[in-house]
Amino acid sequence: MKGSEVRVENADKKFGDFHALKSVSLTIKKGEFFSLLGPSGCGKTTLLRIIAGFEEPTAGMVYLDDVDVIPLPADKRHTNTVFQNYALFPHLSVFENIAFPLRLKKVPFEQIKEKVTRYLQLVHLVGQENKKPNQLSGGQKQRVAIARALINEPSVLLLDEPLSALDAKLRHQLLMDLDLIHDEIGITFIYVTHDQSEALSVSDRIAVMNEGRVLQIGTPFEIYEAPADTFVAKFIGETNILDGIITAHNGRFYTIETDQLGPIMVTSDRKFEVGKKVRHAIRPEKIDITKEKPEGLPDDFNILHGKVSESIYSGFQSQFYVATDQKLPFKVYQQHESYLERGPAIRWQDEVFLNWDADDGYIVELI
Amino acid sequence: MSGNTDSRVGTTYSLPLTLWISLFFVVPMAIVFLYSFLTRDVGGGVRWEFNLDAYAAIFKQTSSGQFIYLDILWYTLWMAVAATVLTILVALPCAYYIARTKNNTLLLFLVIIPFWVNFMIRIYAWVAILGQSGILNEGLMALGLIKEPVQFLFNDYAVLLVLVYTNLPFAILPLFTTIEKFDFGLLEAARDLGATHMGSLRKVMLPNIQGGIITAVLFTFIPIFGTFAVPDVMGDSNTYMLGQLITSKLKMTGDYPGASSLSVLILILTAGGLILYTAFQRKQEKDKMVTIAEDAL
Repeated sequence: MKGSEVRVENADKKFGDFHALKSVSLTIKKGEFFSLLGPSGCGKTTLLRIIAGFEEPTAGMVYLDDVDVIPLPADKRHTNTVFQNYALFPHLSVFENIAFPLRLKKVPFEQIKEKVTRYLQLVHLVGQENKKPNQLSGGQKQRVAIARALINEPSVLLLDEPLSALDAKLRHQLLMDLDLIHDEIGITFIYVTHDQSEALSVSDRIAVMNEGRVLQIGTPFEIYEAPADTFVAKFIGETNILDGIITAHNGRFYTIETDQLGPIMVTSDRKFEVGKKVRHAIRPEKIDITKEKPEGLPDDFNILHGKVSESIYSGFQSQFYVATDQKLPFKVYQQHESYLERGPAIRWQDEVFLNWDADDGYIVELI
Repeated sequence: MSGNTDSRVGTTYSLPLTLWISLFFVVPMAIVFLYSFLTRDVGGGVRWEFNLDAYAAIFKQTSSGQFIYLDILWYTLWMAVAATVLTILVALPCAYYIARTKNNTLLLFLVIIPFWVNFMIRIYAWVAILGQSGILNEGLMALGLIKEPVQFLFNDYAVLLVLVYTNLPFAILPLFTTIEKFDFGLLEAARDLGATHMGSLRKVMLPNIQGGIITAVLFTFIPIFGTFAVPDVMGDSNTYMLGQLITSKLKMTGDYPGASSLSVLILILTAGGLILYTAFQRKQEKDKMVTIAEDAL
């Protein structure tokens, strides 16, 4: 592995009265594609800038392969950054932008040319080398920025919301390219984003951040299926939250008496005591929606009745907002797996039944 | 269709400016150019006879072999370059500071405020400061640092000082505009890619504010090159700058062709310099083009 391990210990950062980072600790493994995910102002960019050397933490340590890098300025660290707004040098051509770090090191021109050519190929920009940044599209600009950040052969590539200025299609394309580049060169990638689908699709692991703290570190799967707290559950994907008190417990099976819906069944591998108040979450795509009352379901299925208050057709799926009989709004997604001759079977104002397996629900945390 | 209307509207809108520039810039320039090739008349006018005497005069030598006009030209060039360099050196940090300040309206206002006072009055204000019984001498004497008043006036330094002072706003304003537009995130990118602090300023900031620097140089160099009031008031009466020479030719000797030929000379020198500079820039740009051979793929 050519990448470095990045270790952050109790990093704290204050900007005047604003406490941007609150004692953050995390270890990013060599060669990992690691995402810092969170809403704007959560401290993810501050953490990235501290690793890059643009900011000094108020307290705490940053190590690259066990070397304390806090005393090193940005130009002395083996990290390079891809910036959100590209930060291409407008006075230089694509070629010279990518060659910039090599020119600084006074590398002979033949070597520069050979290397820049290689990186132009990597980001599919051969033929654009003499253009100025203002003649490029957004996606091309970001490709130049990526090539420029990689040409120094850093051991860690820092990406600060690199795709947020691009449109959805291009974003997806570039994300896949980034993933391929990561596989090809094998260095550590630290990817800052507020977009959970970006983070989920390419990361080896994700740190979910909010208000200057890391709430959960885990694989995309862990973060989605087993969110550590309410914030993570709500921030990653969509979810229906139900609060209640545990009334019975039989092995993995828990019965929760919810405030509005009565008893529901859920399984959990963690131990919760009867009488504790908990928060339960169920993802909209795990709920089945039918017009007829489902028959013959096992008793660990939860069944609700309600009325469709909103229906959004989006091609591959329909999103329903269902008001249950208890007036509780529920989000339900239904995949359209076969050809719909007469449009979606369930429509606005239809009476429907919702059901889900106790295994699909999840106890998020004690409240 | 719409493109057609647009261009017609454009012509209409630019008409006042076109007329104004033609009347008060192109026509006078043409007259100056024409006069420089005419014959000087005794009464202070011109005779309509083609004549190159006015240009020959520029290269005339005295009996001792001195090129009077060329010496003046050389001296003027030297003063103008020195004053321009000083002005830019003072204006750059000042413009940088203003551009980096959040609420800079007051600072910009302070830069512009001198324009509220008449140009000549501002020059004479310096006489009041630097003169024999001026504030500076009085102050130094009161402090006991000097016993006799020092002659600060009537030398090249006094001329340079006031030239820099009067031209500062013309340098600060264009510099401010480009620096304000500069994306300081680029410096961070340069640092990230391995540039030192100074390196990032030199390799990234400087080329990107170059346009503003060139404008500032033009805005200061050209007026200074033709200046006459400042050296007239502040300078040694034995040295002449080109502007003074032209003025004296017009006012004292009524030598219109002579004054015109010198004006044309100033024009050729400044315009020529600019043309050379742009050509040089183009060539540099072209030299930087790289070709990546197809077989490299």
